[in-house]
Amino acid sequence: MNRSLRKSLFAAASAIAAVAVTGGAVAFCGFYVAKADTKLFNKASKVAIMRDEDRTVITMANDYRGELEEFAIVIPVPVVLEEGQIHVTDNAIIDHLDAYTAPRLVEYFDDDPCMRYDRMEMAAPTAMAEDSSAGAARNKNSLGVTVEAEYTVGEYDIQILSAEESGGLAAWLIQNGYKLPEGAEDTLGSYIKQDTKFFVAKVNLEEQAQTGLKYLRPLQIAFESPKFMLPIRLGTVNADGKQELFVFALTRKGRVETTNYRTVKLPTGSNVPLYIKEDFGPFYKAMFEQQVKKENENAVFLEYAWDMNWCDPCAADPLSPEELRELGVYWIDGGGDRPDIMPRRPGPSLARDVFVTRLHVSYDAEHFPEDLMFKETGDRSNFQGRYVLRHPYKGDATCEAAEDYRASLPKRFNEEAKTLANLTGWDIDDIRDRMKEEGQSFEPPKKRTWWERLWGNDEKEG
Amino acid sequence: MTILGIQKGLIKDPRIYQILALSSLLTFGWTARAFEIEPAHFIAIIIAACATQWLGSLMIATRVDFKSSLITALSLTLLLRADAMWPLAVAAMIAVGSKFMVRFGGKHMFNPANIGIVAIVLATDAAWTTPGQWGSAVWLAALLAGAGFFVTYRAARLDVPLIFLGVYAALLFGRALWLGDPLAIPMLRLQNGALILFAFFMISDPKTTPDGAIARAAFAAGAALLAFVMTFQLFIDDGLFYALAIMCVIRPLLEWLNPAPHYQWGDPVTPLKLFAKLKKREPQPPRPAPAE
Repeated sequence: MNRSLRKSLFAAASAIAAVAVTGGAVAFCGFYVAKADTKLFNKASKVAIMRDEDRTVITMANDYRGELEEFAIVIPVPVVLEEGQIHVTDNAIIDHLDAYTAPRLVEYFDDDPCMRYDRMEMAAPTAMAEDSSAGAARNKNSLGVTVEAEYTVGEYDIQILSAEESGGLAAWLIQNGYKLPEGAEDTLGSYIKQDTKFFVAKVNLEEQAQTGLKYLRPLQIAFESPKFMLPIRLGTVNADGKQELFVFALTRKGRVETTNYRTVKLPTGSNVPLYIKEDFGPFYKAMFEQQVKKENENAVFLEYAWDMNWCDPCAADPLSPEELRELGVYWIDGGGDRPDIMPRRPGPSLARDVFVTRLHVSYDAEHFPEDLMFKETGDRSNFQGRYVLRHPYKGDATCEAAEDYRASLPKRFNEEAKTLANLTGWDIDDIRDRMKEEGQSFEPPKKRTWWERLWGNDEKEG
Repeated sequence: MTILGIQKGLIKDPRIYQILALSSLLTFGWTARAFEIEPAHFIAIIIAACATQWLGSLMIATRVDFKSSLITALSLTLLLRADAMWPLAVAAMIAVGSKFMVRFGGKHMFNPANIGIVAIVLATDAAWTTPGQWGSAVWLAALLAGAGFFVTYRAARLDVPLIFLGVYAALLFGRALWLGDPLAIPMLRLQNGALILFAFFMISDPKTTPDGAIARAAFAAGAALLAFVMTFQLFIDDGLFYALAIMCVIRPLLEWLNPAPHYQWGDPVTPLKLFAKLKKREPQPPRPAPAE
């Protein structure tokens, strides 16, 4: 079996160049069949961070579903931002980044045990966009809060505040219609002492109506700061239960990890039962929750780390240079006509020099008391959350190898059941029942004697 | 402390204990915490370190002793990561090579593993440290500290890690109190395996700490202060390691202010007064058996 797999690998690799030019897509690691994107999780925020030396661009996408006039956010930022440092982009880019980096399900089909190799293929596409706008001022206030700047960017009315003490800031925010949860003052105080500014935003309803969109677009900020971090503490103050955060880091050198929490790789590469094809979403969710528990609820999970030039198998195409520029990857040439013709080919052909890291955190104040501090490593080795379906050979092969092959299947199915139970914490008996329904039987087939095989070929099956 | 008896009888050289402790840590990391350390990388580091040691000894015509280079190799394996093998090997060569090349007043200036890490991290992106990957599980920290305690006790330098950690902890807690942060934050920072490893197995190296007790205390406290400032004010990832390298440069000055004879492996314990007192109380003279 191993040998035939390796053969198909080689065969597919040499076929890539030809297929890729036509825009078709080839993966040599099985058929890509499903991805598990962030929509599975409630209260999930998605943040893309471009980081190169001190240069930082943060893109924040929220899944806010309430009344627009109720929307308000307070984000600690390291510096006072000028209007040009604030931007609004389109959801599609973040969705694309999400899709590209999502944990994926692939499937293999066992070869005829009597014959030999085979080959595999697959496909998947995506989108992109952009926007921005204006306004400005500055004034002081008896609460010790200074409005350093005021802008309207896209559908957002934005103010940049600095404050002398947390009580004044809290009072100012409440006066201006921001709801502050209890306990937020302490956290605000800590940020103020660290000379942090506050980026506060509400929705400008007129501007929002003009966009014609039913949702709020992601806000972006660009700045220079030695701090490579993401403030999560304000979000934990009032949270009922845990929150999900997806961080997509776009860097030049390599993988990003947290320095004050463990970054753990999500289990990957496991063979799982065939019925997961229909249940991939629930599977990924259950597995993630199980892994969070296993790591004492205080680990950050690495779900994807890859050179942006390619993917394999691709859950979505790599991002275009225009999309990457929109997310802050300033060292890439956005213009020109799509030079990225062979996105799925490994190798430095395009040398776009963008490394993407997808981190997934399920956090609350108890297990994540401190903000997430990041570090860019030089690690460029690829990692993906990938789960494998292996379809047994269904044809009626009759050679002796086929008998052995069939006899080996129940053991394999049992392994798959155990793996799944282990990954997700699901009940193994339920798993086995589902597998049986799906035709993955645990009964070893009756082995025929050699004389039955000799003369009984056209009779009943084993 | 019955093991103390063994110290005198069996193994005088504390490096043996250090090698044992670091090896068990590595084994533990390999098995339990799933450190991503490739055996080939480990071997490359060992070969590079020992080859450099051998070459250096040949040059200055001394007996080759691989114990120190083995310790350096183990420390590098535990603290430094790379995709390729060469950055690790280069770091090992710089580390051990610095013992022969960069000397001052009859001692080598830098802590070998420390300067190996600092040099390679500054020079290239191909190697990096992973301060967060030890996790903050309390029990692991305790295990490390316990092992470290033992090793350092043998090396007569327990004051160094204790002063270093004490000052660092005081700064962390002071910062949290000033900011009004929950104390869970300094606790999180202190329960870091890399920090404990640094304190007990790196900065405490008797060959690269000042021999005078006061100078040594200043050395440890200074490293803690520098590491704190670099990490929390300047946001430098590897502040811990830079701090020690800087202190090693300052060390001759400290030694000049507080001179003492150089430490030799296997020397008897010469701790700070405070610790000396503690120690004196330990071995209780056996009471004379009551006459029958």
